[in-house]
Amino acid sequence: MKPAVFSYLRPTNLQEALMFLEEYGEDAKILSGGQSLIPTMNMRLSAPAYLIDISRISDLNYIKLDGDFLAVGALTKHKDIENSDLVKEACPLLSEAIRWVGHAQIRNRGTVGGSIAHGDPSAELPCVLTALRGEIVIANVDGSEEVLVPEEFFLTYMLTSLQPDQMVKEVRFPIIPKESGSAFLELARRHGDFGLAEVAAVVDIDDEGHLLNVKIAVGGVNPTPTALEQVEEYLIGKKLTDEVLRQVSDLTQESVDPESDLHGTAEYRRELAGTLTVRALKIAVERARGGNNNVQ
Amino acid sequence: MSNKVQVAVFVNGKKVQKKVEPRLLLTDFIREECNLTGTHLGCEHGVCGACTILVDNEPVRSCLMFAVQADGCDIQTVESLNSVDGPLNVLQQSFSDNHALQCGFCTPGFLMTLTHFLIDNENPTENEIREAISGNLCRCTGYANIIKAVQQAAQILQKEKSNSSVVSAQ
Repeated sequence: MKPAVFSYLRPTNLQEALMFLEEYGEDAKILSGGQSLIPTMNMRLSAPAYLIDISRISDLNYIKLDGDFLAVGALTKHKDIENSDLVKEACPLLSEAIRWVGHAQIRNRGTVGGSIAHGDPSAELPCVLTALRGEIVIANVDGSEEVLVPEEFFLTYMLTSLQPDQMVKEVRFPIIPKESGSAFLELARRHGDFGLAEVAAVVDIDDEGHLLNVKIAVGGVNPTPTALEQVEEYLIGKKLTDEVLRQVSDLTQESVDPESDLHGTAEYRRELAGTLTVRALKIAVERARGGNNNVQ
Repeated sequence: MSNKVQVAVFVNGKKVQKKVEPRLLLTDFIREECNLTGTHLGCEHGVCGACTILVDNEPVRSCLMFAVQADGCDIQTVESLNSVDGPLNVLQQSFSDNHALQCGFCTPGFLMTLTHFLIDNENPTENEIREAISGNLCRCTGYANIIKAVQQAAQILQKEKSNSSVVSAQ
């Protein structure tokens, strides 16, 4: 099918984009890479009257260190994250996850801000951001900014707290210390397809392998990406013994409520979330033990 | 109501300037405004990869771009791979030699994805090839012959490259 008629606006700076949003807010959609929006328009699941194409606002395309964060401009493309040595260095979890975002053709166009604003619970970047307790910087039309954490921002399936006159300006991923270990795992029918379940984990361990600090989130198995707080608390001070891992799997499965679709049943996805969580923790601990959190 | 927008792009090296509706997909712009029907539309929502073209030298799905977004960009379609009635290029000939297509509907997308892939991957492994084509669907071949074709093309291109470097060294 073909998209419905719309008017096309192409602001050249953030202020102009926000002015358009103020004027057309309810009837407008922001277009950046378009890799999630255009399919919905082609299928006529959405038919905005105005598209505000922000892709030419060059000062929203950056990856930089900012205090304890790796700050990524909303218009940064997935492929730029994939090719960035700074990301590998400061947030290897993000480097590992980005390769699961769609196929190369999608990563060449899709943007970080777009992926976050779309709010797909099975998307990789929201899962990573949730695990790391990152931040989303939102621009308001009056020029002010708001900073939200993932649990405030992701409300439910494909719905965020973003208002019609707001846009995502920056996404802030906490820097992962060198001595930590991290891992991102996903299972999809084919690499690049929508994930059935995915897990992002970061751990710190002591010399004997006891967990000092654990951050872990699952995606694709709840209406929003979910931090597994129960699992995180349970693991503090423990080693990853078989008994502990069994308990982790059980706690994970209790924390998720997946839906069935043609790719997998709810029951299968729940077990998968448990299995992937266990595997991700093992890999993250191994990487922390090796003293270098190298992602292949 | 006319809300048409001026678009200027380079398609296979030629400048094309048109006034188009913003909702015109880049694929339809290429097929209907430029009369280049080698680029195919399969699923029209970014899953099948048949519409893959190069925009500023990178493979993208042309069904997930509006023509207006490509304003000022350099576009290459499957028609850029060889001249009309001219011989097939190395990759196309390798597809032919290895029966890497049956119905051929998906082939233009594969060729454009792989044209870009072979620039950065002179000697790819089977796994690398499989990953490279994971964004393109083919319902005829089962992919095995496509992989053979890519391996053959990579070998020939490498040989051509080393020959030309010998020539330039002389």
